[in-house]
Amino acid sequence: MSSRRARSRQSTSSSRITDEQINDLVSKLQAVLPEAHIRGAERVSAAKVLQETCNYIRSLHREVDDLSERLTELLATTEASSAQAAIIRSLLM
Amino acid sequence: MEPKSCSGDGNPSRNLHPSKPLMAANFLRCLSRIQQTATNSSVGSRSRRIRRAAYASMAYSAGHRRAWSWALLRKLRCRRVRPVILPRRPRIARPQVVIEIDRAEVLRKLVPGGTGMDYCRLLEETADYIRCLATQVRLMQTVTDSISS
Repeated sequence: MSSRRARSRQSTSSSRITDEQINDLVSKLQAVLPEAHIRGAERVSAAKVLQETCNYIRSLHREVDDLSERLTELLATTEASSAQAAIIRSLLM
Repeated sequence: MEPKSCSGDGNPSRNLHPSKPLMAANFLRCLSRIQQTATNSSVGSRSRRIRRAAYASMAYSAGHRRAWSWALLRKLRCRRVRPVILPRRPRIARPQVVIEIDRAEVLRKLVPGGTGMDYCRLLEETADYIRCLATQVRLMQTVTDSISS
């Protein structure tokens, strides 16, 4: 890959980023993705990991938006005291 | 409340961020406040406030230790009526090799503060950001389930 050649070319510069470091970071990133437990130690290409990461972040952002709306509706319709009780209950979980 | 340290490995089997208790406390406090004060505002604005509280509690619990939370905090504080001036962190010069890695560009836009860091830093920050986000989502899901039951 041209980018890998470029990295080795640049490895003598002050940045000192090695391929090994990058692979290590990519595998750590792969470990936090949702299907990590299914894949186990199987190596996936860095490009695929990055793509899945982007998709996953977007889906998490959407979930935050949806849950915010859902929470708004619930808090609007639920009586204040029972909402407070439920909130305290979740703190204790 | 002493913030838990953001170590790289916390609970790999559940992928929860180590500062979950702190995030929970922050978020629930914000929710409580929104619930009490927002009786006259529209549904849309309350939803935005909750969404903002979610990101704020994430950013506050990670604090200044992470570039993504730093960037999020700056973005959030700029929207306050009385802006608090945060000292500017020195921007790290991007080495030449980063410019050739185009596939990271999309990721840079998704992760707060992503445009100012080198590739290695970006990968590290992304992993932490994802763990925090996932924890926040689980937290919100738990609260939603609690209230609706």
